[in-house]
Amino acid sequence: MKRFIQKFFGQEKPPQQQPIAELTTAPLSEDQLEPVATGLPKIEPPQLIVGSSRSVGQQRDHNEDALYTFTATLAGNTTVIPFGIYMIADGMGGHQFGEVASEVAVRAMSKYLLGKLYHPIFGVVPESPAESLQEIMQQGVFEAHQAVLKQAPGGGTTLTAVAILGNRMTIAHVGDSRAYSVYLDGRMQVLTRDHSLVKRLEELGQITAEEAEIHPQRNVLYRALGQGEPFEPDVTTAPLPQPGYVLVCSDGLWNLVSDAEIFRLIASAPSPHRACQGLIDAANAAGGTDNITAILVRMPD
Amino acid sequence: MPREDGQHLGAGITLANRYLIQEIVGVGGMGAVYRARDLHFPKMVKLVAVKEMVNQARDPLVRKTIVQNFEREANVLATLHHPAIPRIFDYFTQGERSYLVMEFIKGKNLEQFVNDHEGFLPEETIIKWAIELCDVLEYMHNHKPDLIIFRDMKPSNVMLNQHENIVLVDFGIARPFQTGQRGTQVGTEGYSPPEQYRGDATPLADVYALGATVHHLLTKRDPRLEAPFSFAERPVRKINPNVSPELESIINTALNYNPEDRFPNAAAMKEAIIAVAQRTGVLSRNVLPSVSVQETVGVKPLWVFKCEDEVRGSPTFYKGKLFAGCYDNNLYAINATNGEFLWKFPTEGGVVSKPAVQDDMVYFGSEDGSVYAVSIRLGKLSWRCETGGPVRSSPRIAQSHIFIGSDDEHLHAINLLNGRRAWKMEAAAPVRSTPFITSDYIYFGTEDGDFFCLDFGGSIKWRFKTKRAITSSPVIEKGLIFFTSVDWTLYSLDATQGWVQWRFRMGKPSISTPVVVDRFVIVGAVDGFIYCVDESNGKEIWRFRTEGQVTGSPVLYKDSVYCGSVDGQMYCLEYKTGRLRWKFSTDKPITGTPVVYDDVIYFGSNDHRVYALLT
Repeated sequence: MKRFIQKFFGQEKPPQQQPIAELTTAPLSEDQLEPVATGLPKIEPPQLIVGSSRSVGQQRDHNEDALYTFTATLAGNTTVIPFGIYMIADGMGGHQFGEVASEVAVRAMSKYLLGKLYHPIFGVVPESPAESLQEIMQQGVFEAHQAVLKQAPGGGTTLTAVAILGNRMTIAHVGDSRAYSVYLDGRMQVLTRDHSLVKRLEELGQITAEEAEIHPQRNVLYRALGQGEPFEPDVTTAPLPQPGYVLVCSDGLWNLVSDAEIFRLIASAPSPHRACQGLIDAANAAGGTDNITAILVRMPD
Repeated sequence: MPREDGQHLGAGITLANRYLIQEIVGVGGMGAVYRARDLHFPKMVKLVAVKEMVNQARDPLVRKTIVQNFEREANVLATLHHPAIPRIFDYFTQGERSYLVMEFIKGKNLEQFVNDHEGFLPEETIIKWAIELCDVLEYMHNHKPDLIIFRDMKPSNVMLNQHENIVLVDFGIARPFQTGQRGTQVGTEGYSPPEQYRGDATPLADVYALGATVHHLLTKRDPRLEAPFSFAERPVRKINPNVSPELESIINTALNYNPEDRFPNAAAMKEAIIAVAQRTGVLSRNVLPSVSVQETVGVKPLWVFKCEDEVRGSPTFYKGKLFAGCYDNNLYAINATNGEFLWKFPTEGGVVSKPAVQDDMVYFGSEDGSVYAVSIRLGKLSWRCETGGPVRSSPRIAQSHIFIGSDDEHLHAINLLNGRRAWKMEAAAPVRSTPFITSDYIYFGTEDGDFFCLDFGGSIKWRFKTKRAITSSPVIEKGLIFFTSVDWTLYSLDATQGWVQWRFRMGKPSISTPVVVDRFVIVGAVDGFIYCVDESNGKEIWRFRTEGQVTGSPVLYKDSVYCGSVDGQMYCLEYKTGRLRWKFSTDKPITGTPVVYDDVIYFGSNDHRVYALLT
């Protein structure tokens, strides 16, 4: 507990840390390196530990991001099931429809996923979901799309949803929010692909990175929920980053805070919840140009 | 699809005292399109299309500018005379809505047409449309005093009228983007060229979009569902090999990123298409046979070994020896270097089971109902364990036991050393699938369509049901189980609880066992295809058609996949693309799975032979 407090207030650092802290090539202090070196402490039963945080940012007057977390653990006689659904939606469309769209999208997706996944798996007699997880996630996005069309006509939203079940996760994604697998050795693997027009132009060498920075259509997505054209969400499955974390965030975070900094903040925080606050603070310190939202999930051992 | 806020006009409303709305025929980003009756012609039913644009701007000045732009463009459109452009009759503004009244085109748009058409449309049909589209673009691009850019060429904006001629609809009065908005915006696209996003709309943007439109029509791949500007990743002929290379080359030219690399104008594109149509004779040809037939290249076997009956199963390689079961009831041991006979071990039934080897003993099952352990040096029997039915499953060795299924409806666990049964698990149907064993669990399917996960004590941890038999053997990779079923499906299951991650539907049943490498899952089916599916999302990456059922399983060696077919051929394909490297013909079906060791591939055929080929 004492160490805990020291870490928070940055006082009474052990003297032998000093030389290390001065080396620019070793940005992690020993405290920060400890979880990397030793792995996370084991928790029984295996479970998902979640933190989340959200900020309007420094330059906007309302928050169009919506976040959703749902975590369940069942540890019984024969089975141990960690289960979680984590979503971020970043609304758009001027007027007030952006914030309506993002909330409607996560509500609709949540309703669908709980019905299709949670109820069968956690029933008195457990059942396997009737459809495949990918079909369920895809249909969930479609339900969310319909709900946005109905409840927030003209509005649009990104939606990045991660469903963790067993030893895999299924990700459904539309737009430019992101999901990452964060491994304790510092690897940050982006699990989603931004549906950003300017990014695509940049990839093709049609515009330079500098031009992309100031491009008038910098925020234009080529795929989003609530828009009339047909679209297909990206649905993929991935192994859980064990030991490690899954991070879901809006572009308000990844646009402003580098991967290395994100990792440093996660690895040095005492809990996923504190890590999320640290991430949001970092984005605000970097200008907070957009709404910022982050969900961090620690994987079961 | 009327919205709840009553944004759209209902049937029965009359606009400008003249146009009686009948129904919505389309909804766009800026408003709807209605079919209406023109009441100025009371003696006859004259139908018109009424296009509505809802002015959403709040600022009065902006609102006014939008209305002015609308009216200016309506005036321009009214001056156009071309068979592929609908006539403009009238326009007017009421409150926040502006309306354009034009010729009603009865028919389908090309997107509906291509979606409703089973299979690919003939090249000649699309060539005819493409020529007509080039022609109308040429007309608009040469319009005086100002040229007109269509800006929004796509299949859904092209109608096919009653005379089967194309008509452009939805002229670009509404800009694809509302500029000046803060924050994230949306522009769904797919057909527009890169430069259009820099604000450059030129005739060459229309040429690109026409290329994109023709690409969609020929391939049935909607570019709005793909990453933007990714046509180069989906060459037309790779998806639809019936298209002539000449037409593909024209589409590629039109789709160049840089405008200067495209056709200089629509007229030049039209000429190129007409030239191709004449040269390939496509305009007069009805049937388009596929031309790309690859010849069997001169693959010579290293050696051939002759047995006395069909070799339906799969051989095993171990320390320079090849072990192969045969329907002449023998297990053969063959010198893998030169194909010389070493010994044979007789059973009382056909041997289809793939032998397993450990510590100089070879283990296999026979249709006589027994599992055998035989020494690899001399082929002497060590032990024999009887099950209650033919054994078509193959043994797996783990924890000093053999795990093998039998038609006696059980999975058997047999002690490796003495051949005594440790336990058998009641599976309620024949087990022909070969179990897959991890450090904790045993996985296998049954002929009833059950899939089991057992612990080493033989108790069920979980089960999963498919609609038909699971003869295929599971493989586990990165926590996912892959197997096929006779219900035409390739399954991907979570190994901990059996939750389905995705399902991939094939054209016929499958009993083939998948092979997994990188993100590729490769498997055969009775429809004759070898499929390659993305492990992360269950989407097809490529498929290769053989000339018979694919009941054996593919194997991977270096960057090639090897798979036999009932057409009697062994295929070698590039595993990332499915491109044929070579194929080798035998005289009868190949139903087993090859084994590759040290650049040599070994397999049996129903022509009674075992082959060794250099990879």
